Amino acid sequence: MSMPEAKVDERQLTMAEAVREALAQEMRRDPRVFILGEDVAEAGTPFKVLSGLVKEFGPDRVIDTPISEAGFTGIGVGAAMTGMRPVVDIMFGDFLFLALDQIANQAAKVHYMSGGKLNVPLVIRTTLGATRRSAAQHSQSLHALVSHIPGLKVALPATPYDAKGLMKTAIRDDNPVVIFEDKLSYTIKGGVPEDDYTIPFGQADVKRLGEDITLVATSSMVYVALAAADLLATRGISAEVIDPRTTVPLDVETLVGSAIKTGRVIVIDEGYQSYGVTAEIASVITEGAFYHLDAPVKRMGAMDVPVPFSPALEDLTVPTADRVAELAINLCRKRS
Amino acid sequence: MTSVDGGRGLAMYGAMLRIRLFEEQVNELYTSAKMPGLAHLYIGEEGVAVGVCSALRDDDYITSTHRGHGHCLAKGARVDMMFAELLGKEAGYCRGKGGSMHIADQEKGNLGANAIVGGSVGIATGAALSIKQRGTDQVAVCFFGEGALGQGVLYECMNIASLWKLPVIYVCENNLYNEYTHYLETTAGEIAARPAAFGIPFREADGQDVRDVFKSAEALVKEARAGRGPSFLMCRTYRHRGHHVGDVDRSYYRSKDEERLWANDRDPLKILAQALISEGVADAVAFDRLEEEVRTQIQDGAQFAIEAPYPDSSEVATDVYA
Repeated sequence: MSMPEAKVDERQLTMAEAVREALAQEMRRDPRVFILGEDVAEAGTPFKVLSGLVKEFGPDRVIDTPISEAGFTGIGVGAAMTGMRPVVDIMFGDFLFLALDQIANQAAKVHYMSGGKLNVPLVIRTTLGATRRSAAQHSQSLHALVSHIPGLKVALPATPYDAKGLMKTAIRDDNPVVIFEDKLSYTIKGGVPEDDYTIPFGQADVKRLGEDITLVATSSMVYVALAAADLLATRGISAEVIDPRTTVPLDVETLVGSAIKTGRVIVIDEGYQSYGVTAEIASVITEGAFYHLDAPVKRMGAMDVPVPFSPALEDLTVPTADRVAELAINLCRKRS
Repeated sequence: MTSVDGGRGLAMYGAMLRIRLFEEQVNELYTSAKMPGLAHLYIGEEGVAVGVCSALRDDDYITSTHRGHGHCLAKGARVDMMFAELLGKEAGYCRGKGGSMHIADQEKGNLGANAIVGGSVGIATGAALSIKQRGTDQVAVCFFGEGALGQGVLYECMNIASLWKLPVIYVCENNLYNEYTHYLETTAGEIAARPAAFGIPFREADGQDVRDVFKSAEALVKEARAGRGPSFLMCRTYRHRGHHVGDVDRSYYRSKDEERLWANDRDPLKILAQALISEGVADAVAFDRLEEEVRTQIQDGAQFAIEAPYPDSSEVATDVYA
């Protein structure tokens, strides 16, 4: 699988290490930044993403909370409104539902409702992704939910490089930002400069250049799309893989530009397909590139079922490289 | 007897009167169809907001509720900008984007009224965490009605505030009614037992006696400033009017006799006025003068708002993001 920004001579970090480095650097840079969540301190989260941070920054800046998602998210909102820059950790994306009033009714609306007087520079770090055999309440990819709410920004890093750069941008943003990290990607390695760098929101990244079809993929699905592109290459089809990196703001220009170039698009995302991120992106591309398209823009999201436990069933619910490649081949066959 | 001196008593009376006349004007704006939407009047509860906010500094924080005009005014908001906000005008506190239930005034530490019952508990508690982290001696006050006692987030935050010794005071305004339902139908056990379960000190005040509220608030603010953690103040009070300005037929949930009793015998302005007169602090002439002054201020503020322009249509999509 090809990772354009992972140069051989570059330092390699896992995604978890990249996230941790971003947080540590930002906490050193800005004393207002602190972390709040369940088992974030000594435990460093169940995914060990935050391991060691409490040692450097102490329990007043890496704060373990009770199991009270609504409470500590709301506390993050209040702290953000009064001069701090909290990073709230919601262990599993599924638990966002417990904190939605704080996120959608409070954090997202405070700036607008106050006529621009109050800011909420809050980061909510959470996770997405199925196929960990964690069943229906620990496997959802719920970024569409927050992408729907005006006032929130939503970032979805797929690579260690992006994870570090997007996290830094999120922390420095004066708006509430929800960052989703794919649980299965934490161990993926990639090139990450030690230096300070940020990645602007609303700037898609072309993960692979191609000519015949565009695969728009988010988060975990970037790897599925890259693997599909490898398969397609063996069949003589050149696929371009584009990762929007943020769903809000969305880099419409890059997505439409690629669609105009290739004329065929599949949008791949691990959220439930219906009323989801794939629908929005497909619609935006169709509106912007309609007269250049050779086929309808296709969507591949997660099946519209609660994520099942049994591996035999769970693996059927998310897009795979084989299924993406199959659909791409079908679309390209209809070449006019 | 009270430790509140006469001058302060008169200032509190003026602050309550300002809220009372403001709210009466709001009702007038509603019934004369000059105000879009609805408003939840604070009439009858003035003693709580004024008593508590009189114990606060400008740099202390408050969060407020859907019935929030009283809190905003007591924390120092201007009536003209309040009216302008209620009428959706650009000169309003939120440039017309918030309205009656979302007035925020960061210069006076008002982090905003909130239209979700219990919705601001997290914000107030988070402000208290921020105070602790920044190492100042500010305090945060979270106003909420007894209806919020049904919201889980209140208990999540009280638990955390107690664990972390945060300088937050939870002020429960028990006006007896969760919207159209008596609180005894919705609230099990003793209210005092709820903060007690988290080890949070509890105090009760007569919300119709502003000086009693002030005394309690002053003591609790002192504790919070000294780093001794959160507290819970319950003020017994009464909403003279309906849940909102349109709630005029209330016979199905409370009696006219009950309303008359609270309006005549338990009115916070009457109670304070009588006390100040009997203590020789003020006489009828002083009250008349004060009322004249406040009435003019209210009328001018309302007129300003009526004449003020609406926001430009270009404003609809600004301030979504900072």
